[in-house]
Amino acid sequence: MEATLIKHIGHTAFRDIDTFVQGGGYRAVEKAFGMRPEEVTEAVKSSGLRGRGGAGFSAGMKWSFVPKESQLPKYLCCNADESEPGTFKDRQIVEYEPHLLVEGIIICCYAVGIHSAYIYIRGEFAYGAEVLENAIAQAYSRNYLGRDILGKGFDLDVTVHRGAGAYICGEETALLESLEGKRGQPRLKPPFPAVVGLFNGPTVINNVETLAAIPSIINNGADWYAAIGPERNRGTKLFSVSGHVVKPGVYEMPLGTNLLALINDCCGGIRPGRTLKAVIPGGASASVLRAEECNISLDFDSLAKAGSMLGSGGAIVMDDSTCMVKVAHTASRFFYEESCGKCTPCREGIGWVEKLFRRLESGGGRETDLALISDICDNVKGKTLCPFGEAFSAPLDTFVKKFREEFLEHVRQKRCPFGNPPPDPVH
Amino acid sequence: MAFEFTAENQTEFERILSRYPQKRAALLPTLYLVQKQHGYVCKDAIGFIAEKLGIEPVQVYAVITFYTMFNLKPVGRFHLQLCNNISCMLLGSEKLLAHLRSRLGIGLKETTPDGLFTLSTVECLGSCGTAPVLQINCDPYRENLGIEELDRLLDELRASAGDAPAAQE
Ligand SMILES: Cc1cc2nc3c(=O)[nH]c(=O)nc-3n(C[C@H](O)[C@H](O)[C@H](O)COP(=O)(O)O)c2cc1C
Ligand code: FES
Repeated sequence: MEATLIKHIGHTAFRDIDTFVQGGGYRAVEKAFGMRPEEVTEAVKSSGLRGRGGAGFSAGMKWSFVPKESQLPKYLCCNADESEPGTFKDRQIVEYEPHLLVEGIIICCYAVGIHSAYIYIRGEFAYGAEVLENAIAQAYSRNYLGRDILGKGFDLDVTVHRGAGAYICGEETALLESLEGKRGQPRLKPPFPAVVGLFNGPTVINNVETLAAIPSIINNGADWYAAIGPERNRGTKLFSVSGHVVKPGVYEMPLGTNLLALINDCCGGIRPGRTLKAVIPGGASASVLRAEECNISLDFDSLAKAGSMLGSGGAIVMDDSTCMVKVAHTASRFFYEESCGKCTPCREGIGWVEKLFRRLESGGGRETDLALISDICDNVKGKTLCPFGEAFSAPLDTFVKKFREEFLEHVRQKRCPFGNPPPDPVH
Repeated sequence: MAFEFTAENQTEFERILSRYPQKRAALLPTLYLVQKQHGYVCKDAIGFIAEKLGIEPVQVYAVITFYTMFNLKPVGRFHLQLCNNISCMLLGSEKLLAHLRSRLGIGLKETTPDGLFTLSTVECLGSCGTAPVLQINCDPYRENLGIEELDRLLDELRASAGDAPAAQE
């Protein structure tokens, strides 16, 4: 299968617009301009493309929710916040295929009637932001951006906007707040961003990978795309694989690829002398799978059915040397650091849970802590404005439930049975 | 002392403003610009930014404290930010942290007396496939780090700062 999203990974040549155009780049823009905007949206809808930012919502459907006529300007926000632990795929597109992203942005804006787009990129990707700035400047100089693009009467400006270190700004409404120069705290929905979004205008928010998939859909047709992957889970997906595998990295595979095949065939398997223990399949917000659960199809529906999620497609692979209590505590510390503080159940709940995990990891935990963690997690679920509450309560509860014996062993031995030193005192 | 942009940064500031329909949206890029010029966001700069963007100083302050990448105090010339999230932890970031602490003789969020290094841990940097990962200031990441690479890196940084490399311990 031919890669379409990260064909040139590792090669900086395609940052240059001439090389990109020679390789067939920006052809999809010309083709889209020959279609009516509604036809473009229809093609994206029937391709079956689902958002790659985590929630898996139909991209074409999202575009079609934006009102055609609007008093206020409409906007596109490309979500390049990429902060979900275990995820490093958008960065490959940004650094090696910046023009592919710009091409996808132009097509989306044409379809929805948008003349102003922002790429919200996490602050730490300063280098990636620079790569994008250069690509955008080139696109302006060739009139793929700016006024009267390619003489077709369509105008579009694209601006790179750097975040400044806050995981929550990947959540779409927090992203909007952040872009408006505020603290990145999520908004109440409805109204949905498609109706009231950035600067109150109707706004499309799409992940980098979602937008980068658009040009090949336009070039090859919706049917071509819809033929890849299982029903309801179409297209290729970027899988970020990290942890205890021989060859970690980003792999573009059809949705529906088997998780064990990804680990063994793409990543060279588990480190020598070790065996697979567990995988977090979709970034830290996805519930962990035990080794025996890993013979599973990587797609939105199969993982949801298994009580986890595809999320961002970031697979963190752990071998038998891994202490799951330590992993759970590390995850809880991350969520504690990153809770925006707006909703009480999230803000207070995660602080409490982090302390319990810390105590368990240090060897000072009690058996009753396990039920307490589950109880707190249960009380956060569904009680927060944004999905951050679910993002931590479900996976943290799952660690306790699936690795109960390992937690109890810490309690019994009053130390880490893997010999890990106790965690740092609260910092 | 009142804060002012240099002529060059004033031009850059105006370019930033032109990209947003509302002035306040320019706050994050403006804070980066202030930090580029001054190293951190001092009290005078907060008032200066507030006035330029037509908002209250407290609104600027509230934003600075929400995000991790803005400094209200000076930091060392090299801000070492080590990722300690899951994938980096699985591949040994804790050992690197312990090593940095002992070589630099400082704890987290502290700066060496010579003003060269500040040490922090950060959450996932989005580069887990090349764990463990370190970011220095806003520069491209240092990836796949081991203790040896780390030692070499520290010497390299000291040398680039015009210092003699540290004596072998
Ligand atoms: C806590 C949280 C963090 C998120 N982080 C990201 C992120 O880093 N990147 C991203 O594209 N989407 C992220 N999302 C999902 C966005 O809210 C949104 O659904 C997505 O950007 C929509 O794009 P898509 O439809 O193309 O997937 C996050 C959601 C939540 C709740
Ligand atoms: S865990 Fe360190 S870069 Fe992702």
